[in-house]
Amino acid sequence: MDMRFWLLQIFNGVSYGALLFLLGSGLSLIFGVMRIVNLAHGSFFLLGGYVALTVIWTTGSWLLAIPVAVLVIAALGMVMERFFLRPLGGDHLRQVLLTFGFVLLFQQGALDIWGGDNLTINPPRTLSHSLIVGSLYLPLYRVFIIGVAAVIGLVLWLALDRTRAGATVRATVDDAQMARGIGIDTSRVSTLTFGLGALLAGLGGVIGGGFLGIYPGLGFEILPLAFAVVIIGGMGSLGGAAIGAVVVGLLDNFGKVLFPQAAYFTLYAPLVLLLAARPTGLFGRE
Amino acid sequence: MSRPLKMLSVTALLLAVVVVTPHTTPFLLMLATRIMILAILAMSLDLLLGFTGIASLGHAAFLGLGAYLTAILAVRYHFGLGWDFWLVVFFGILLGAVTAALFAVFALRARGVYFLMITLALSQCVWGLAYRWDSLTGGDNGLNLPSRPVFGTIQLGNDTAYFYLVFAFFALSLLLLYVFVESPLGRSLVGIREHETRMRILGYNVWLHKYIAFIVSGAFAGLAGVLWAHVSSEVSPEDVTLTTSVDALLMVVLGGPGTLVGGVLGAVIVLFLREYLSTLVPWWPYVLGGMYVAIISYLPDGLLAIGARWRRAPAVAAASVAGSAQGPTRSNKLEINQGGIE
Repeated sequence: MDMRFWLLQIFNGVSYGALLFLLGSGLSLIFGVMRIVNLAHGSFFLLGGYVALTVIWTTGSWLLAIPVAVLVIAALGMVMERFFLRPLGGDHLRQVLLTFGFVLLFQQGALDIWGGDNLTINPPRTLSHSLIVGSLYLPLYRVFIIGVAAVIGLVLWLALDRTRAGATVRATVDDAQMARGIGIDTSRVSTLTFGLGALLAGLGGVIGGGFLGIYPGLGFEILPLAFAVVIIGGMGSLGGAAIGAVVVGLLDNFGKVLFPQAAYFTLYAPLVLLLAARPTGLFGRE
Repeated sequence: MSRPLKMLSVTALLLAVVVVTPHTTPFLLMLATRIMILAILAMSLDLLLGFTGIASLGHAAFLGLGAYLTAILAVRYHFGLGWDFWLVVFFGILLGAVTAALFAVFALRARGVYFLMITLALSQCVWGLAYRWDSLTGGDNGLNLPSRPVFGTIQLGNDTAYFYLVFAFFALSLLLLYVFVESPLGRSLVGIREHETRMRILGYNVWLHKYIAFIVSGAFAGLAGVLWAHVSSEVSPEDVTLTTSVDALLMVVLGGPGTLVGGVLGAVIVLFLREYLSTLVPWWPYVLGGMYVAIISYLPDGLLAIGARWRRAPAVAAASVAGSAQGPTRSNKLEINQGGIE
C-alpha cells in the first residue's frame, strides 16, 4: 500500500462525501427548521435520478435533465409538506411515520413507471474522461461531483448567511416560537425549506445516478448514510453537514477497504459514541 | 368496555385463533404464525413507545440478534435443533436483554428526535455486522437453517406444530407484558410518559425506569427473533434493516399505542396486506402506503381508538358549545418526550 493507494482512497472517499453532502445538507436543513426525521429523503434522491432518466430518454439532454428533475422533486416535497405534514402540527413521531407511508407509495410508483432494472445515467462524454495528476488517474466525473458540492455549499452558505431570506430561516432554526413572535411566517419557511431540501436530494440523485446507478432499493440504502452525515454535523448546521459528509465518505470508503468484514460497524459505532457524548451532534445546538 | 370484558374478549379471540387456524389453509397457518411473531415484536416496542413514551427507530436490532443467534448456532454448531432449542430460546432472550442493557446506556442519553437517531445508529451497527461479517453471518445471502427443532416425536418441521409453539409463546408474552404494564412499575412508566418532570419531582428514578423498560423490551424482541429464524428457515440482513424497525413502529401506531393488543392488530393488518393482498393484486403497496398515510393523518390514536373517538365526539361538541376554553383533552400517547428539545 503505497502513497498512491492512500491518495486514491482519500479522493474516492471525499468524492462520495461530496455526493452525501448534497443529500445530507437538505436533510439537515429540514430537520433544523421542522424537527422532522424525513424518511422520504432517500426517495427524493431516487426519484430525482428517475425523472432525470426520463428527460434524457425523451430529449437526450443531460443538461436539461438536471433542472427539470430538481424542480419536479422540489414541487413534490412542497406538496408533501403543505398538505400532509403540516396538518399534523408538531407531532414529530407521526410526521416521521407519515414520511414512511410516502416512501412505500414512491417506491411502488417508481417500480411501476421505471421498472426494477438497474439503470445508469450516462453523463456527457466530456465528463467521462480521467484527469491525470502526477501518477494518479482521477475520474473527471468524481472531480465534477466535488465541484458541484462545493458550489452548492457556497451558494447555500451565502444565501443563508447573507440574505434576508436566509436570516428568517436561521431565526426559525434557532427559535421558531420567537421567530413567529416577530412576524416571520414560519410555516412558509417550513414549506420552502422542505422544498429546498427535496431539491438538493433530487440533485444528488441525478448526479449520484452517474456512478451509483439508479435501482429500486437505492433510496433506502443511502438514507442511513445521509442520517450519519446529519448526526455528525448536527442538525440544521450547514458547515456541520459539510464536515459530516467528508467524514462519512472517508469512514465508509476506508472501512470497506481496510476492514471489509466490519465495514459498516466502523462507520456507525463511532456515531453512537458521538451521539452519546453530544446528542445534538458536533455543531448542533439544543 | 370494562376491563373484565376486554380481557374476556381477548381470551375468546385467542381461543378462536388457536382452534380455527389449523383447520384453514396451510398458507393462512403460516401467515398467522408470522403475524404472532411480529406481534411479539410490536408489543415489545409498544412497551417503549406506548407506555414509556420513548420511540425507538432501531427495534429490528433485537429481532436480528435473536434470529442470527439461532441461525448461527444451528448452522455452524448444529445446536438448538432438539431439546436444546429451549436453551436457544433462553439465550435469545438473554442476548436481547443484555444488548438492550448496553444500548440503553448510550441511547437514554438522548431525547426526543435524537433518541430516534441514536437508536437508528445502534441498529445500523448490528445491520453492518450482519451484512459484512460474512464468515459468521453469511453476508448478503444470510443463513439457511437446516431444519426446525425436533422434540422426541414432535416435529416442529410440521407447520401446525410450529404454529402451536409460536401461539404458546405469543399468548405467554401477551400475558407477561400485560402483568408488567399493570404492575406498579408499569404504572410509573405511564406516569413518565405523561409527565416526566413531575415523576422526577415525586422522587422516581426516571432513568432507571426507562432502562428497565428498554431491557424488558429487548428481551421480548430477542424472543421474537428466535422464533422468526425458524419461520422460513432463513435469516438475512433484510431482517435488521431500517425498514423492519419502521414496520414495527407502524404496527404499534396503526393499532393504537399503549394498548399492547393494538400492536397485535397492527401486525395482523400489515402482514395480511403484504402477504395476502400481494397474491391478489400487484398494486397492493399503494393500499398499504395509502393506509399508513390515512391512519396517521386521521386516526392519531390508532384503530383501537375509533370507538373511544365516537363516544368522545358528542362530549367534545357539548364542551365547545358551553364555551369551555379547554378544548378536547386528548392525551396524545404518540408525543415523544420532549423535555430537552426546545
